[in-house]
This record gives sequence, C-alpha cells and structure tokens, in this order.
Amino acid sequence: MAKGYVKPTTLTDVPWHFCPGCNHGIIHRLCAEVVEEMGLQSQTIGVGSVGCGVFSYNYFNFDGIGPSHGRAPAVATGVKRVHPDKLVFTYQGDGDLAAIGTTEMVHSAVRGENITIIFVNNSLYGMTGGQMAPTTLLGQKTSTTPKGRTREQAGYPMKVCEMLATMDGAAYIARTAVFNPAQVNKTKKAIRKAFETQMAGLGFSMVEILSACPTNWGMNPLQALKHVEENMTAVYPLGEYKVPTDPSSAGSF
Amino acid sequence: MAELVLMKGNEAIGEAAIRANCRHFFGYPITPQTEVLEHLARRLPEEGGSYVQAESEVSAINMVFGASASGARVMTASSSPGISLMQEGISYIASAELPAVIVNIMRGSPGLGGIHPSQADYFQSVKGGGHGDYKLIVLAPSSVQELIDHTMLAFELSEKYRTIVVIFGDGMLGQMMEPVRFPEAVTSAVDRPWATTGMQGRGPNIVHTLYLPADELENHCFHLFEKYAAIEACEKRSSEYLTEDAEILLISYGITSRVTKAAVEMARENGIKAGLFRPITLWPFPDEALNNAARNAKTVISAEISMGQMIEDVRLSIRDRIPVKLFNRIGLVPSPEEIFEAIRKETEV
Repeated sequence: MAKGYVKPTTLTDVPWHFCPGCNHGIIHRLCAEVVEEMGLQSQTIGVGSVGCGVFSYNYFNFDGIGPSHGRAPAVATGVKRVHPDKLVFTYQGDGDLAAIGTTEMVHSAVRGENITIIFVNNSLYGMTGGQMAPTTLLGQKTSTTPKGRTREQAGYPMKVCEMLATMDGAAYIARTAVFNPAQVNKTKKAIRKAFETQMAGLGFSMVEILSACPTNWGMNPLQALKHVEENMTAVYPLGEYKVPTDPSSAGSF
Repeated sequence: MAELVLMKGNEAIGEAAIRANCRHFFGYPITPQTEVLEHLARRLPEEGGSYVQAESEVSAINMVFGASASGARVMTASSSPGISLMQEGISYIASAELPAVIVNIMRGSPGLGGIHPSQADYFQSVKGGGHGDYKLIVLAPSSVQELIDHTMLAFELSEKYRTIVVIFGDGMLGQMMEPVRFPEAVTSAVDRPWATTGMQGRGPNIVHTLYLPADELENHCFHLFEKYAAIEACEKRSSEYLTEDAEILLISYGITSRVTKAAVEMARENGIKAGLFRPITLWPFPDEALNNAARNAKTVISAEISMGQMIEDVRLSIRDRIPVKLFNRIGLVPSPEEIFEAIRKETEV
C-alpha cells in the first residue's frame, strides 16, 4: 500500500516561519494530526504563546487565541470553563511556560484544570535570539550565558514534568522527543493520550517535547538532533511521569 | 416595583452581575473588594455558572480574556494593587476588542497603601495603565443603587462597543449598606460571531493582538480609535446640581460627589452661589457639559480623594479660563463641613 504525505485538514496553507532544522513544524503537525484523527477539528480551541510558537493560530485550522507571554494556561482555563466539552490545549515554549508562565502552569495543574499543555522545550529563548531559559543545560552557551550556564550564576535546569507529576490535579504527564521517526511516533501517541485524558474529563495533562534549535545552538540540523538525543535526554529523561490511575476510563491506552 | 432590600455595596455588585446574565467570574481576594468574590462564589454555582478563584490578579484577568474570547459574559473585581497587576491583561483585552467588566473598589495607595477609600487610580484607568493606545469606559457610581445600575449598564456597553468597562468604586461604596432595588434580570444573549467556540460550520475564529506588519498595526490602532470616537460621541454622562447660577463650581465623582452635594447645600444656606458638576463617565469625560456648567463660575474646585488627578481633565474641559483649585483628602472620605469651609474660603478676598 502506497503511503504519501497528506496534509491534515487541521493545518492551513500558511507556510511555516520556522528556521531550517527546527522541530516546531513536526510538533505542530502532530498536534494537528491528532485533532483530525480524533474528529475534533470543530471542537478544538488552541491557545498559543509568545516566542517561536506565537503564530500557531495561523497554522492550525481551528479556533485559536494569541495570549500574552506565559499566560496561556490562565487563558485556556477561561476558555475551558465556558466550553467544558471542547478540546482546549496550549502550545508553549520553555521560556513562555517555565519562566514567566510558571505560576499559571503550576496552578492550572493544582486545580486539575481539564486542559492540555503542549510544552516545547528547546532549552532557550528562540524567538528573541537564543537567551538562557530556566531549562538551559549547565555549560550550555547562550547569548546571556556566553561562557556557558553555571550553577553559581544561574542555578540548575528546571524539570517541569518531574515537578508537575507531584500535583494531585495532574492526570497525564509525559516527556518525549522528535529526534528520530520512532520518537516522533511516540510523541504523537503521547499527545493523543493527553487529549484523550482531557476529553475523558480526567484532569490536567501535559506533554513536554524536547526540540532542536539549530539556529540558536550554532549547530547544523543533524548535530542538533544528536544533541537532543545525547545531551538533553540525559538531563530530561523521556517517558511517562504520570498516567491516569484508571487508564481504561481514558480511552485507548 | 421591585422589593426594597438592604445590601452591602460589594454584594450588590455581585448580585447585579448575575441579574445581568453574567455566569463567569474570575477573581482574587483583596480588601476592600472581597465580598464581590464571596457573593459570587456562593451564587454562581446556584445559577449554573462558574467561579474560579485565580492564583493572582494576573491570572484572573487572563482567565477573563479566555472566557470573553470564547463568547461568555464575564467579570472580575479587585482593588487598586490588584488592578495594577491586571494592566498587562487589560491592554491585551482592549486590543483584542473583547467585552469585559472590571470592578475596581479603590483603596489607599501608592504601594500597599491602606484599605481606606481612595480615588487615586484615576490616571491608571482613565488615562491608560497598561501599555499602548487604548481607552476604557469608566463608570463612577456614587451609591449602592448605582453600583447595581452601573454594573448592569457596564455589561451592555461592553458588548455594544466590544470594550472593557470599569466600575470605578472605592472602599466606602464597597463596604457600606444601603437600601436598593434590583432591576429585572436580563436573559437575552448577545450574538458573538467572532468568538472562539469551536468552528462548527464556519472557518476558524482567531482572537489575537499581534500585528507585525507596521501598516496592519497602524490600521488596527486607527480602527480602535474610530470606535473610541463613537463612544465619546454617545456615552458621556454627568449630572448637575444648582449649576445654573453657580459662581463656585465644585467637580467631584463617586462617593465624594455625595459629600460635595451636602457641602453645596450648606453653601447655599449661607448665601453662597455654589453648584456641583458630577461626571458619571470618567472616560469619556463629559467635557462640554462641564464647560457649559462652568459658564458663570469664578472659581472651580476639583474635590477628589487623590493628590489631584481628575483636576487635569477639569482644567482641559474649561480650557483654563477659570482658576481651578484642588480640594483633597487622602485615606478618608471628606466631611461636608470641610468641603464647605473650602468653598467659604473662596468667597473671602
């Protein structure tokens, strides 16, 4: 059986603005494919972010909101309380989510807000040109850690999945990556589990996806994927950190 | 006629929101506003609505953003320091042209200030507060009954113009009890074809505030200000008391206007031709009506619980033709006697 590239109806024809080798395009597509496969195109409201994910509402072919920096989980809370039966997810980077948006992220999990966060972690601020984020690895050079991040000056990388998995309100928490096709498939499954968790009304869900930023890492795309596989996963181990206690009630686990 | 009930200002605001068919509230506790939350935390679930106590005012206003974008009638309430935290979200909501009602039960400031009544957030709400070019409709009620009437009006205006409407109260109005009558409940829903409700049968609706091409941003700002011009043309509100022959014209709003009215009556009893002009909308400011009310005035006094903020709009309105003086107290509502004394002083040469 021939398999070809078929663009999901849940993506528009707007060309990506992403740099060569960036993983945002893959992750956008995975979200769009899952929405389409679950038959939820007309039932979905996406909430974007500020940073490289800022134009997600231009790429997704369903309703979308552009919030301010870091506030997406609060905005999504407002949407979900009005439309509890709809699929509501945020698409946020690590600067947006793990720095300025920490409060909104933590408390949406504390409330067990029935939303999903798609968290794209590329270990720095991409859109503004590669500054240190809370997720920057020790020793990693960025424009604001020109000699590499040191724990004395800037502390340690922030582990969001590990933190949110301690929250009783969090139902599904997973960390994945997209550095090879097998990982892409795993990421898609995790996104589907997160969305199914939400549609089953089980509570807060998040998928953290480790993502390459060749431009700001000063690498070519292949080097960047290798860096994710070898160095990022060592600090940010992949896997499911929390799954619903009764998986059978959440659909196809 | 509706039953007369005795009610606290903050609770009256909450109940008025329910009468106005508002079913979503997001807030954070802060004195002297907290009874708005408490009332709605109890009443909204009874009405099938949703109350969320946010982790901060920053989050509360962004929940308002999301709920309004998704088509709901929505309100938040806070007091001065909390309203400061909301300024980022207010700028975004204004740019996205979302209807929302924000209650500010002002307290003493700057900083943590105090929990006393205050009118020192005039610049913040009337002149801006958040970043960028935008305006908010600002209503200044002076009684618990007006807290109710203005809350219901606020929802109507916010949807008519797709804008934020601020209920500009103070710690005394929020805390005091007065007999009130509630109007008939509003049951109609306003059509919001732009809302992000899930795209059944239509293309995607997008609510955003980013205009990267310079010409798009310019067009957006000019569009916003065409709307604001329409509001200025239609929505200026004020009331006058004994202004026809007034030689000393007092300008005050909110709780202060009631005390000032008593001072004007004292002045009249003492043969002084004093009058009161009360702005009800602070933006749009009733400038022509004020200029007209001041036509016979020799002195104008702006009476406010701030170090002099509305006074700038007073001077602009009368084009500095007449000397404008400030009467102010901080941390309390002035007494009629002390405002009368300020009036009497103006008659001494």
